[in-house]
Amino acid sequence: MAEPLVISQVPGRVEDATAPSFEGWTCPLPLRDSPTIVMGHGGGGAMSGELVEHVFLPSFADPALAQLADSAVLDVAGSRLAFSTDSFVVRPLFFPGGSIGDLAVNGTVNDLAMSGARALFLSAAFILEEGTDVTRVGAVAQRMGEAAARAGVRIVTGDTKVVESGHGDGVYVNTAGIGIVPAGVDVRPDRAEPGDVVIVSGDIGVHGVAVMSVREGLEFGTEVVSDCQPLGDLVAAMLGVEPDVHVLRDPTRGGVATSLNEIAHASGVGISLDERSLPVPEVVANACAFLGLDPLQVANEGKLLAFVPRARAEEVLATMRAHPAGAGATVIGECVGSHPGMVSARTGFGASRVVDLPIGEQLPRIC
Amino acid sequence: MDFGGVTKEVCLEYVPDLQVGEYTIVHVGFALQRLDEQSALETLEIFRQMGELDAEFGDHWGRAAEQAGMPRPDLDGLREQEGGAR
Amino acid sequence: MKYLDEFQDPELAQRLLDDIRATTTRPWAMMEVCGGQTHSIIRHGLDQLLPDDIELIHGPGCPVCVTPLEVIDKALEIAARPEVIFCSFGDMLRVPGSEKDLFRVKSAGGDVRVVYSPLDALKLARENPDRQVVFFGIGFETTAPPNAMTVYQARKLGLENFSLLVSHVRVPPAIEAIMTSPVCRVQAFLAAGHVCTVMGTGEYPELAERFGVPIVVTGFEPLDILEGIRRTVHQLEEGRHEVENAYARVVSEEGNPVAIRMLEDVFEVVDRSWRGIGMIPQSGWRLSERYREYDAEERFRVGDIHTQESSVCRSGEVLQGLIKPHECSAFGTLCTPRNPLGATMVSSEGACAAYYLYRRMQVPTTGEAREVSSVG
Repeated sequence: MAEPLVISQVPGRVEDATAPSFEGWTCPLPLRDSPTIVMGHGGGGAMSGELVEHVFLPSFADPALAQLADSAVLDVAGSRLAFSTDSFVVRPLFFPGGSIGDLAVNGTVNDLAMSGARALFLSAAFILEEGTDVTRVGAVAQRMGEAAARAGVRIVTGDTKVVESGHGDGVYVNTAGIGIVPAGVDVRPDRAEPGDVVIVSGDIGVHGVAVMSVREGLEFGTEVVSDCQPLGDLVAAMLGVEPDVHVLRDPTRGGVATSLNEIAHASGVGISLDERSLPVPEVVANACAFLGLDPLQVANEGKLLAFVPRARAEEVLATMRAHPAGAGATVIGECVGSHPGMVSARTGFGASRVVDLPIGEQLPRIC
Repeated sequence: MDFGGVTKEVCLEYVPDLQVGEYTIVHVGFALQRLDEQSALETLEIFRQMGELDAEFGDHWGRAAEQAGMPRPDLDGLREQEGGAR
Repeated sequence: MKYLDEFQDPELAQRLLDDIRATTTRPWAMMEVCGGQTHSIIRHGLDQLLPDDIELIHGPGCPVCVTPLEVIDKALEIAARPEVIFCSFGDMLRVPGSEKDLFRVKSAGGDVRVVYSPLDALKLARENPDRQVVFFGIGFETTAPPNAMTVYQARKLGLENFSLLVSHVRVPPAIEAIMTSPVCRVQAFLAAGHVCTVMGTGEYPELAERFGVPIVVTGFEPLDILEGIRRTVHQLEEGRHEVENAYARVVSEEGNPVAIRMLEDVFEVVDRSWRGIGMIPQSGWRLSERYREYDAEERFRVGDIHTQESSVCRSGEVLQGLIKPHECSAFGTLCTPRNPLGATMVSSEGACAAYYLYRRMQVPTTGEAREVSSVG
């Protein structure tokens, strides 16, 4: 019955370094059919990727930017600085286990950590909607302060703007951060190699489910709380025992599936997962089944993926498990030479399936 | 209604006598039919026994082969030879 | 979740597979009617685990896929109107109409909202008395009772700003259409489990007898599907053609009488055209005379629609089980879930989407394929 399935390759993305004229594109992509921005462009999935590649990259034409890592690593006066920025538009502002304030600090701290850097300083810029309750803004700021203290990072500069009522969701926050990358550490999305072991630091799908449960129109009862937390310490511990970790990534919007696909593409390797080893809490699995979502495509916070040379995997795993932020660390798969750029998963029945990027917007404003 | 840790309001008009503690099939916010737990357990038990009966009474080809000290026959291969390709 | 997880047990699956393997002596082709079953099969790789002699032909049981193009185009017209809040299940948003889809209408400013249940649409109608709320009521017999109840409630509440765009379809006429087709290869049916939850099994003995085909009511979890196949194979090998219920925990012969009564009140049977297949007599439902005022097509008097299908798309052949998705030259190239040519690539129950989502890779070497035949 299982006759060989000949799969045509999906056309790859076109790298166009000139001005963003749509005529030069050869692949049949939605951007060409979507002359306006749609919610999917902010989803962290395939459409977001395309917006970056076809509109922003060509205009900015920067090799560091083109790496498309969570943060840029730059040589400055003999040191290697990691530099990152992120904007936070989550709705609602406060959700089980966290707030936009926590995300704003931990999000950038973690992006820096994914280059192996310990975050030192953050900026915080606010866009506030006219009419927002000042106490709410205060509550957000307070959470940011607490998160910064917990993460060991200083908020040293910032900005505030106000827009007319009806042009925002109360509070939007942007944070940018810098940190120093230790010597001997070279963590990049294109460094994964066949044989590398893929480790996740804990349960997946948690943040997304927590936010969805309080999202208007969905609202369901559940005890799931967001897993938002700083990861700088955990990463430092991991690099302490093995400086040559190949790739680190925090799977936020678009979930683990998106991160793995991006890394597979950047490194030119295939990734093979074992579905049975994915740490999905039962209630998250049930919520996803209820909503018709794949846990691999649901946003996470406070979790990381690590690609570690096979020989060192056990030791790195043990170190992670010994750390509170990595207590649930587990191996979920490995890099392989076959099907480069694609992620596959072995099901409980021994068959293989493809793990895909979500197309556009699974749920808007998740982080 | 509890979907294994996720709670949501569901319309019960189509299964009006549903009691707390019972299970039901839910589709787009409506309970459609009660789940017969007894039937579910019986079905699972039948599945479990399927393997056991096999072990007890055997797969005659396999046992014969074993007793003769030969490898188990490839039945699919045999049938293909006999019946020809599909 | 209880009563779901147990029916995914790989060890028990192996026992069912062993029985199927031991019973099969020659080639058989059976059709699983429901798109949800197709997805479960492809996602779990069940077809790869079955003996080569068993062929699963994917049926047209995907309501999103078979909604007529004309109805989609009407939906697009209605959704674009400024006074309308158009509510739909998420799946329908990307189904290609003649020129665009609901997602595009939404991006252009149309108030299109994804809802989980038709009751959410009713709630919106109550909360927005100055807007017209339209719910896109597509589906098989499983979704019809929820839609019926919603319209019934709308009348009870005296809501004047709620209406239903109806495109319901029925399974038994589809089975008949498939069996009377001159190119039919189907020798047995795995009937749609949740449809039978509502309708019971009473409509099937006549079909089994007339066409000499086993019809086994089958669920959706891996063990349910394997058990459905197992019983079907036994019938085929023994030359029987009966109706069997392999989903007894939720399906009874009488179904749900309360739901059936509601359906008889709110809907009436009509001829309906299935996208990709054509007209199947008596295969659809529309609102009955008493409830006709809630029919969105009547309320909005959408004008002449000129439909235009993609000339490349072979959805119809996929839905009838005549080709497998990857046998279409557009599969994975011109046609992907993001740029679908037809509904079967978009819907969560469409066969093309299932193959694209789960089978897009090169198949492993023979060595690995052998490994795949055993479970766990």
